[in-house]
Order: sequence, then C-alpha cells, then structure tokens
Amino acid sequence: MIPARLHWPIGAVVVVVAALLPIVMSDFTVSQILTRSLILGIAAASLIFLASLGGWVSLAQIGLYGVAGFAVGNLAQADGGVKVFAMDMWLAALLAIIVTVVIGLIIGVVASRSEGIYFLMITLAFGVIIRLLFEKATDLSGFGGINQIIQPEVLGSAQLQPERIYWVCLVISVLVYLGVRYFARTPFGLAFQGIRDNAARMKALGYNVTLIRTIAFGIGAFVAALAGVLNVWWNTQISPGTIDIRPVIFLLMIAIIGGLYRIEGAWVGALIYVILDNRLRSIDLVGERVATALGIIFLLIVLLSPGGVMGILESLSSRWRRSDEPDQPAGDGDGTAAAVVAGD
Amino acid sequence: MASGVDSTVGGLNGVMARAPWRAGSIFLLAILGLSLLGIGIQAASDPTLFAQITLNGLTLAGLYFIVASGFTLIFGLMRVVNMAHGSFYMLGGIIAYLVQERMLNPDPTSFALPEATVTSFVVPLVVSMLSIALLGVVIQQVFLRWNQGQELRQALITIAISIIIADQAVAHFGGIAKEISVPVRKSIELPIVGMFGTMRLVMLLVAILVGVGLLLIISRTRFGMIVRAGVDDRHMVSALGVNIQRVFAAAFFLGALLAGLAGVLGGAVNSVNKSDDGKFLLISLVIVIVGGMGSLTGAAVGAVLLGLIDSYSDVYLPDAVTNYGVLLTFFLLVFVLAVRPYGLFGRAA
Repeated sequence: MIPARLHWPIGAVVVVVAALLPIVMSDFTVSQILTRSLILGIAAASLIFLASLGGWVSLAQIGLYGVAGFAVGNLAQADGGVKVFAMDMWLAALLAIIVTVVIGLIIGVVASRSEGIYFLMITLAFGVIIRLLFEKATDLSGFGGINQIIQPEVLGSAQLQPERIYWVCLVISVLVYLGVRYFARTPFGLAFQGIRDNAARMKALGYNVTLIRTIAFGIGAFVAALAGVLNVWWNTQISPGTIDIRPVIFLLMIAIIGGLYRIEGAWVGALIYVILDNRLRSIDLVGERVATALGIIFLLIVLLSPGGVMGILESLSSRWRRSDEPDQPAGDGDGTAAAVVAGD
Repeated sequence: MASGVDSTVGGLNGVMARAPWRAGSIFLLAILGLSLLGIGIQAASDPTLFAQITLNGLTLAGLYFIVASGFTLIFGLMRVVNMAHGSFYMLGGIIAYLVQERMLNPDPTSFALPEATVTSFVVPLVVSMLSIALLGVVIQQVFLRWNQGQELRQALITIAISIIIADQAVAHFGGIAKEISVPVRKSIELPIVGMFGTMRLVMLLVAILVGVGLLLIISRTRFGMIVRAGVDDRHMVSALGVNIQRVFAAAFFLGALLAGLAGVLGGAVNSVNKSDDGKFLLISLVIVIVGGMGSLTGAAVGAVLLGLIDSYSDVYLPDAVTNYGVLLTFFLLVFVLAVRPYGLFGRAA
C-alpha cells in the first residue's frame, strides 16, 4: 500500500497529468476514451460510495443516471421528448438533478430497510422498471430516443472542442472524489458506516437508521445524476437502450474491476472497461462478440479476485511489504472487500 | 417489529420519519382504491370484456408463476439469486425453436414454421427443458458450489453468465422474434368469455399442475422434506448426514427445468425474443420480492397480482396514461415493501 503521506501529492500529480492529456492526445481519444471513462467513473463512484460506506450493492444507479439524462432532454431544447419547456440548459440540469434525487429518495425509503442480496434484487427491479417506463412512454423518450440535446454554450461543441467537456468531467470527478472522502469523515458519514457494520446497535444508540440510509441513498442518486447530466451533454442524445440491463451490468463490472471498496477504483475500473470495450473489437477471435469477451473477463475477475484490480494491486503490495515487515497484519482493505463480496 | 423499536427509541426522529411514510401510504392507498373503482366500473359496463381480460391476466400469471417458482425454489433453499434465470427462460425458447425448425423443415421463404404435430411439439419441449436443467446443474456445480454462502459473489457469477448467454443468443439466433409452432387450434369458444387462445389455457393448466406438483413434492416426498429442513437450517441438515449437495443439485435442476418449460410455453403463446431474458428476470424479481423470497405461495400470489395488473392496465388505463402502466408495477413494489419489507409471505433471513 502507498504510504498515507504520499496520497495527496500523488493525487495532485494524477489530476494535473489528466488535465494536460488533451494537449497530447487525439480528439478521438479525449472524447471516446477519456471523457467516457470519467463519466462512467462518476456513475461507478455512486455505486462504490454506497458499497464501500453502506455495504450495499445498488443496481438502480444506471436507472437514476437515465432519469437525469431524460429529464435534461425533456426540459431543455432537444429533438424528441416533451417540447413545451425548452429551458435554459443550466436550469434544466439543476431540475434534472433535483428530480433524480427525489426519485432516489423514494426508492431509498423502501430499499433502505433491506440488506445484502435483498437490496441488490430490489434496486435491480427498480432500475429495470425505470428502463421499461422510458421504453413505453414515448412522450418522454421520443421514438428511438432524444437527440440533439444542446450543450451549455461555454462547452462549445462536443465534436469540435472535446477538451472542454473533458475538463468539466474532470473537475466534477475530482469534486465527487473529494466529496465522498469528506463525507466519510463527517458525523453523518460515520453513522452511515456504523449502520453498515451493525444496524441493530446503531438503532439502540438512538440513530434513525432508516432516515440515515435513505438520505445516503439520495446522495448516491445525486452523484449518479451528475454523471447522467454529463453523459447527455457529452453524447447529445439518450435512448432507453442507454439504461438497458446491459449497461447496468457493465457499470457493476466497472465497480467490481475497481474493487467496490475504494472510491478511486471507480475511475480506474471505468478506464480499464472503456479501453477493453474499444480494443477487444480489433482482436480477431472477439470481433463482434465484445459482450461475450467482457462477460468472460467479468466472470474471471469475480471468480479469482473478490477485490477487483485494485484488490490485486493491494494484495501484491501488501505481500511485498509483509516480507519487509513481518509483524504487519494484512491490509484491512482486503478484508472489507471480501466481506462486501461475501455479502456479510 | 421495526416500527415498534422506532416509536420507543426514535423519539423526535421517529415522528419526523413517520410523516412522509403516512403521506406515502395515503397516496398509495388512493391509487389502489382508484384502480379498483375504475376496474369495477369497467367490469359492470362490459362483463364479457372484463372476463376476457381477467382470464388473460390469469394465463399470464400462470407463465409468470412457472418462471418465478423455479427462481424462488433455488433462492429459498440455497440463498442463490440466480440472475441468469431470465437467460434460462430465453434459452429454453430458443432451443425448442431450433429443434422444432430441424424437425419441420420449413419453407425457407416463409417466416413462420408450419403447424406442428404432437411429436414435433413435445420433442423440442422435452429436449429444451432437459438441456436447460442440465445447464443449470453444470453452472451450479462448476461455478456456484464452491462459493456457498457468498451470496453476492454467486449473484455476480450468474450475472456474468447472463451477459455471455445474451450475447451468444444474439449471435446465433438473431434479433428477430420467432414463434414456436403448436399442434392445437389457435382458439376455442368458451362460455361468457367467447373465443380464447388455446395455448393460453394450456399454459394456465400447466401452471396449475406445476404449482400442485411442487406443493406435493415439497410436502409429501423425502426430497421435499429435506428442502423444507434445508430452508430453515442447512448446516443442521447436513450435520444429520443428508447429502445436501445432491439436494442442491436437484433443486437447481428443477428450478432451471421450470424456466426452460416456461420459455417454451411463452415462445408458443407469444414469441421467442432476445430481450426476454431481462424481462423475465424482472418478472421473477418482482414476484419474489412481492410474494416473499423462497415462498411458493408467495410466488403464486405475486404472479397473479402482476399478471392481473399487466392485463388490466393494458386495456383499462385511459389512453393518455396507457404507456405509463409499468408505473403500477413500481407502486406495487413500493407498497408491498413499505408494508412488509420481506414480502407478503416472506420471513427475515
């Protein structure tokens, strides 16, 4: 494991390098690899946030991300969807986030009474219901999706100035990362983690377990909404296929690759996934069957390493360190990940 | 129990948390009341249509029950959430279609298969059910057996398998919905209802047989006895010298077999479709969440509720909101979870 005193400098270097990448990378790479990774990373961060601090694996995050995207498409000027509003983009984005958080709170209030595998099933059911709603309700989703969603003027055009939306995504990513790290240390964040470890004891101490969990789920919905808004700004379109069961599973895969218990894993997992998704196609054996290849990779990761890629790195470095300092107990990160994956 | 603790310890927090609950309950009850009132008025104005829609909903419930009973059986005994259950359903239809296509040698210019004989329907049905059951056992033995007790990991493994199956199905079967051919007349005349799809009635009948059969197996056989004991305490059962692994394998065989059966019936009544896996996974999830996980009675009640809601909302909702029918499923889920977090017939794990 990297010593704690180096965390901040390393983080700062990563962000500065990331900010400078558009200078050396092609427009295609910036847009299709880097920006896409950041957006998926924010969405995965909403999942990992709930998984690491709450012990919950939520499969509703893509649904909420879609709610935000469709809300923007309907409220702002676009081709398809409800056309009566044609709001200013910033106002539309703000309202979309509010709508998503409200829906997140409604789902949270019933889902927060469940745990482990039940929570996973309930959130998946809600996620699929949201997708079915948008598929059927063509008033809201247009026929075959909402297209030509206009971007805020400062961003220019996603095709001509891909670096602008990239920087916005980078700034939001950093804010989400810092926000989650900060949240984990607040009294509220500590109470949320306490509930993960022992809900009955927290209840006995006088904490309102359901309320705290519901609000935390709402925060997760907020982060997912940010990713949803950025996605339609970047992509300029959204269709029910965007929130199909496949993206739900692939977001989970990103979180698993990232390790489910470290928030920075969200972006690492997203980058690995996006690169795989782009490059696998060019392998002859894979060809059109990218999803099969991704499924096999996902299966192998789940079977071999509960901690994901971050878990592999950590167990390698802790093994290396253990030979240095024999008294050091194994990194607790490993244990947490194993516990989350075991559903304890 | 949960609300009791809230009211004694929660104090001010409890009061604050109850207000939105109460508002929510009133809202949901209002929706429930309005729906029942609407259905009542419609039923009085056109009894024949009402009977037809109700029977339609019940036959749909039959299909849902066959799928969900396998799902809930596997979950109840092994705590395995089989996320590939919808894929089993879809694959069941695909295998039956492909076998039938071989047997019937259809005219290559026509999209539909010629009418099947009893043999060319039953053989694909049996082949498909057994293949799916075998696939289920293989997945259980190869991937799940050594991860026992790790619920999330097992769910993730089956999710990964469902991605692979879905993608391979698209590759080898294509995206076009196809219909399995049946050896019976399209529809028959019923009293009150009028003309009604024969296969739909067959489906309802099969569902009832499956339900009764499962109940008998669970309550009367040695296998059922072990399953019931295993649901309550797996470790005790294996400590008593029962080979629980063999029971697990048998339960997975049966659960997957039922998904395959449903897939063939669904493919004969509607069509075999590549997006069925997600749809029927959702249906299984909603039914067992509403009915209570692991409960067979719960699965039956959940299936009837969902089937009727689907059927009534398709016809009776006003035109303006007919596309929002799926919201009723959402409300059903919220309502049941709010009142009974473990489902209507469920118990805490």
